[in-house]
Amino acid sequence: MKTRYTYGGDEHIYVEVDDEMSLDAFFKSLSMSNAVRNADIKGVTEICPANASFQVRYDPDIIAPEEMMKKVQELEDKAEDADKRLKTRIIEIPVYYQDPWTHETLMRFRERHQDPSGTDLDYAARINGFDSAEAFIEAHHSQPWFVSMVGFVAGLPFLYQLVEREKQLQVPKYLRPRTDTPKLTVGYGGCFSCIYSVRGAGGYQMFGVTPMPIFDPDQKQSYLSDFMVFFKPGDIVKWKPIDRAEYDRILAEVEADTYVPRIAEVDFDLEAFNADMPGTNAKLMEALNVV
Amino acid sequence: MSFKVMQPGLSTSIQDLGRPGYFHLGIPIGGAMDRFALRVANMLVGNPEGAAGLEVVFMGPQIVFDQDALVAVTGADLPAKVDGVLQEGWTAFEVKSGQTLSFDFLKSGARAYIAISGGIDTPAALESRSTYPIGALGGIDGRNIQAGDVIPVGEADMIEPGLSVPENLRRMPGKPAELRVLPGLYWHRLTSAAQEGFFRDDWTVALEADRMGYRFKGGKPLEFVEREQPFGAGADPSNIVDGCYSYGSIQVPGGLEPIVLHRDAVSGGGYFTLGAIISADMDLIGQLQPHTQVKFRKVDMDEALQARAARKKMLAAVRAHLG
Repeated sequence: MKTRYTYGGDEHIYVEVDDEMSLDAFFKSLSMSNAVRNADIKGVTEICPANASFQVRYDPDIIAPEEMMKKVQELEDKAEDADKRLKTRIIEIPVYYQDPWTHETLMRFRERHQDPSGTDLDYAARINGFDSAEAFIEAHHSQPWFVSMVGFVAGLPFLYQLVEREKQLQVPKYLRPRTDTPKLTVGYGGCFSCIYSVRGAGGYQMFGVTPMPIFDPDQKQSYLSDFMVFFKPGDIVKWKPIDRAEYDRILAEVEADTYVPRIAEVDFDLEAFNADMPGTNAKLMEALNVV
Repeated sequence: MSFKVMQPGLSTSIQDLGRPGYFHLGIPIGGAMDRFALRVANMLVGNPEGAAGLEVVFMGPQIVFDQDALVAVTGADLPAKVDGVLQEGWTAFEVKSGQTLSFDFLKSGARAYIAISGGIDTPAALESRSTYPIGALGGIDGRNIQAGDVIPVGEADMIEPGLSVPENLRRMPGKPAELRVLPGLYWHRLTSAAQEGFFRDDWTVALEADRMGYRFKGGKPLEFVEREQPFGAGADPSNIVDGCYSYGSIQVPGGLEPIVLHRDAVSGGGYFTLGAIISADMDLIGQLQPHTQVKFRKVDMDEALQARAARKKMLAAVRAHLG
């Protein structure tokens, strides 16, 4: 892991903590971006953490680019020593896999896909060595995920699964991006899962859909009353497979503004996780049982 | 007071100077693509420079006022008419209650800015009235204006019409348009031949050119330094582990067609970026029509900061001129 510092034009500093994805790189970039925020540097206007990198936007009329760069670099050692523990929350997100809406969409854009003969899930299962789409779905939801970045469009979370690298699911994006993706599609690209917060263009494979809104400018749901965006980096997600009947039931609650997601406060310790992944994950998921 | 939209034009949106502070959640700064033009239009009618106005793309709207107002149109050369009578660009003119503001055909540039004394007074979302349709924020219900909309305007300090900005204090792209680039970000992913080729080749603006980004075509495909792709980056050599995008950053998916991200940028993604358009030239992009010839010119940080200072000086000169 070698940190690389560079400029994005005259208004951004870009820090790549590592060129490959890992939880270590994510923790360090989150920790460094938090250090920059806490340093309260005059002239800084935006701090954006990403999966294994982060970006700082600043006003070069207030702080010179070289000085800004120096200040960010100075914070690296501090972040290195930072506790790799996180007080966070685990959220259960219901997912209706193989739903009719993403199915209709993926059929519509079949000529842009690597394998036009099957569905996105068939393809993902095959190239990851699973016998069936169902077995792949099981691997997708049986272990929890870290929200490692929020962005692309409003409130869209990127998620990285809490398993060994050998067990990471990897699926390429569409050959050519679609011009349409249903709202709240659960997608997959590279080693990341995501939830499309809004309807629109997209290149990730489509696996299912959640009835739970995660972005709403009108903030009608109780869990969006603080802010219109639900996720933040560091959140932990457990997918819960649901059928059509449960999807419809939850949707009715969402439409009545009464839906309450299952959320539990948890502590995440990277070293404990690296020492015992199944044990740490089991404990995280148990926290949801007492909600 | 208010005005009524009779015809909306092609893609007319309410914009101010945007909503900084939410890019880490995927909500871009937004606001006028040509910020200089919006600021000047506001100054001409006596508004604060950051008041909300209309950003007009290629084709003007037709609107009717329910009270007297002072109006100025800057940016693209899109001649304004009041009840059919042509008005000067970059100059404040009066529109009386009941009169119609309409537009002639576009002569040059791509985006005109309409400022109305008092400023547009729609509800702000995250401290800005700028329209961001993807997130349904700002504007009118998060969308562009449409026929039948009645758009509220704030209280105005009425000043005299006739204020004007001389030609030397207006700014439009040259021919061919030159956009200055500070190499950086993932610049090292390109071979030295590709790095040189990017700046040597002639590019033209493609049809996919909007508030989110501008696509360019016509140059040679860019070659990448060979490497084994890092874990999580994806198989294509133009892929990276999804990271943040800078405003003005230039991504080249597959090494084929560069895309410059603008005010409504996506906040991140999985494509390498070779550097960014310097802040001083961002306004110019908003004035580029499809098929316009463009040259990218390589600059260093010193030149980028000098250009930025020159922009500030020009804005100060306009303020001084208008007193």
